Amino acid sequence: MAQPKTIVEKIWEQHQVHQEEGKPDLLYIDLHLIHEVTSPQAFEGLRMKGRTVRRPDRTFATMDHNVPTINQLVVNDPISKKQMETLKSNCDEFGIPLADITHPDQGIVHVIGPELGLTQPGKTIVCGDSHTSTHGAFGALAFGIGTSEVEHVLATQTLWQAPPKTLNVKVNGKLGTGVTAKDLILAIIGKYGVRFGTGYVIEYTGAAIRNLTMEERMTVCNMSIEAGARAGLITPDDTTFDYLRDRRHAPKGADFDRAVEEWRALATDEGAEYDATVEINADQVEPQVTWGTNPGMCIPISANVPDPASKEKPGEKDEISRALDYMGLEANQPISSVSVEHVFIGSCTNSRLGDLRKAAGVVRGKKVNPNVTALVVPGSKTVKAEAEKEGLDVIFKQAGFQWREAGCSMCLAMNDDVIPPGERCASTSNRNFEGRQGNGARTHLVSPEMAAAAAVEGRFVDVRTFTAQPVQS
Amino acid sequence: MEPIRTHKGVVTPLNRANVDTDQIIPKQFLKRIERQGFGQFLFYHWRFDDDGIPRKDFVLNEDKYENSTILVAGDNFGCGSSREHAPWSLEDYGFKVIIAPSFADIFYNNCVKNGILPVELKEDEVETLLKKGAEQIYSITVDLENQSVRDDQGFEASFSIPGYHKEMLLNGWDDISITLTLEEKITQFEQGA
Repeated sequence: MAQPKTIVEKIWEQHQVHQEEGKPDLLYIDLHLIHEVTSPQAFEGLRMKGRTVRRPDRTFATMDHNVPTINQLVVNDPISKKQMETLKSNCDEFGIPLADITHPDQGIVHVIGPELGLTQPGKTIVCGDSHTSTHGAFGALAFGIGTSEVEHVLATQTLWQAPPKTLNVKVNGKLGTGVTAKDLILAIIGKYGVRFGTGYVIEYTGAAIRNLTMEERMTVCNMSIEAGARAGLITPDDTTFDYLRDRRHAPKGADFDRAVEEWRALATDEGAEYDATVEINADQVEPQVTWGTNPGMCIPISANVPDPASKEKPGEKDEISRALDYMGLEANQPISSVSVEHVFIGSCTNSRLGDLRKAAGVVRGKKVNPNVTALVVPGSKTVKAEAEKEGLDVIFKQAGFQWREAGCSMCLAMNDDVIPPGERCASTSNRNFEGRQGNGARTHLVSPEMAAAAAVEGRFVDVRTFTAQPVQS
Repeated sequence: MEPIRTHKGVVTPLNRANVDTDQIIPKQFLKRIERQGFGQFLFYHWRFDDDGIPRKDFVLNEDKYENSTILVAGDNFGCGSSREHAPWSLEDYGFKVIIAPSFADIFYNNCVKNGILPVELKEDEVETLLKKGAEQIYSITVDLENQSVRDDQGFEASFSIPGYHKEMLLNGWDDISITLTLEEKITQFEQGA
């Protein structure tokens, strides 16, 4: 019998163009997604050397990072406007399909790739954005790259890559009611830290992962990079195939059935070996809230903020003290005592229809606390339209949320959606770094349900007890 | 890309772990469409207060590090966003070498593509460099050919680096031109796929 292999090894072998002693492998790239922020210098590089785009048909562009979310056609910042115009002219010049600001497919690049069926099992997918790991939810090998690598892929449709080590993150058991995929990935990063995945591709396995919807799997894989792993993936199964069937760019009819057969064969073989394995029990995961300035600094909603005095290593003490100082928190303070002025529901982590449905379920019939400014930013124009068809926009607006246009928005605050210095936000995004949502802004990462509950209460609250309360008038 | 073989320079000690690329270059400066001119924005909110006045307590603003070309920092340097603006800003500011116990994967690659040498040393070796760098104007020599770091006070350490990255940096290669010599194989692959 052939040597058992992991899904990562199988995808790798299927994409090796060239191998040479002492060098990384030259890997073929099936799909290259681009956006306005990390591509202009790559196109400029091509022009300077007289090169062209090898496979515009394997390249797909959209605008997301900079786009306004109130009136998308009014870009007040001239530099953002120039960046968006530059993407349009580059796509025109090289014949690359573009879902620009006026296009009905526009949205966050990691939301629309799956939505359009461009993202498929077994593909190698890259984008000049670290959250490209999202697409791993489909059993694709997907990772973020820098602009020089964007240029390399545009010119050659390949990348030099050393074979990665594999890390099995096995999630046993079942997530409890009110505990989400976001809580799971935060709990994993909280337990193992922000660098335990460095140098690895994570494969998420176990019963709890199998039970997740595609949208939930995307939330998990999205944050692989916050654990240091460039890519994180999940073996595709019927959940995956059901999601992809009838998507615009997915194979159709008999071709789809043939594809499913190939996709099933990607599954990690029984007995295949990983370079490392960690296990976590989903039953024990509680709703999470980050208290500090990286995603590993997170605790369950029932817990208190850590005390630097309880740590022995000076480096760790300093790191916690600096984070508490930036966040304006006291050591040992219950996280549920922390009030927020802003709530952001959106980003490539949590802006899909399922996320919005769950958040709407929490706020239905309730009101946003008067001290809170709350925003919902759907991940794509398609998500927005579907949500409106279901009346989710009405639920949010009646509760006092602002209902915005699609984009990255307050996740990284490159557009006008910025948190003022010193103010605090419960955010469904992926990074709580200093200044991420605005200079001096204080970010707490949570699930959509926890963000919705915080919007109503004006502070962090365990959504599991919250939803049990009668609807308030 | 300029080749780098041996580099001697003054150390700037940045004694923090998990320095993310949002700190190295905040997002409001990612809107430019050029590669040059990012050095002025390096570590912007750590370097400058809200009025744009240099913060006295940030290491880069101390006179003794004015001509420094080697940045020494804590574990997991360059984590977070894939923005290549981070190495562009470090390079434009004048840093040629970055030393840390570990680097985030994407950042590491981005450095090599821009002729910045990322050097991984052991934690205690980095601590020594951080300490000496804080006490004095401290020069060290980084020798890529021999994969070593030394000062003239007896410190000596070796580091490992993937062979391909070493070759790229030593020669200042543009890897697209290397890949394009394999164009026939890429075409064959596409036809077989």
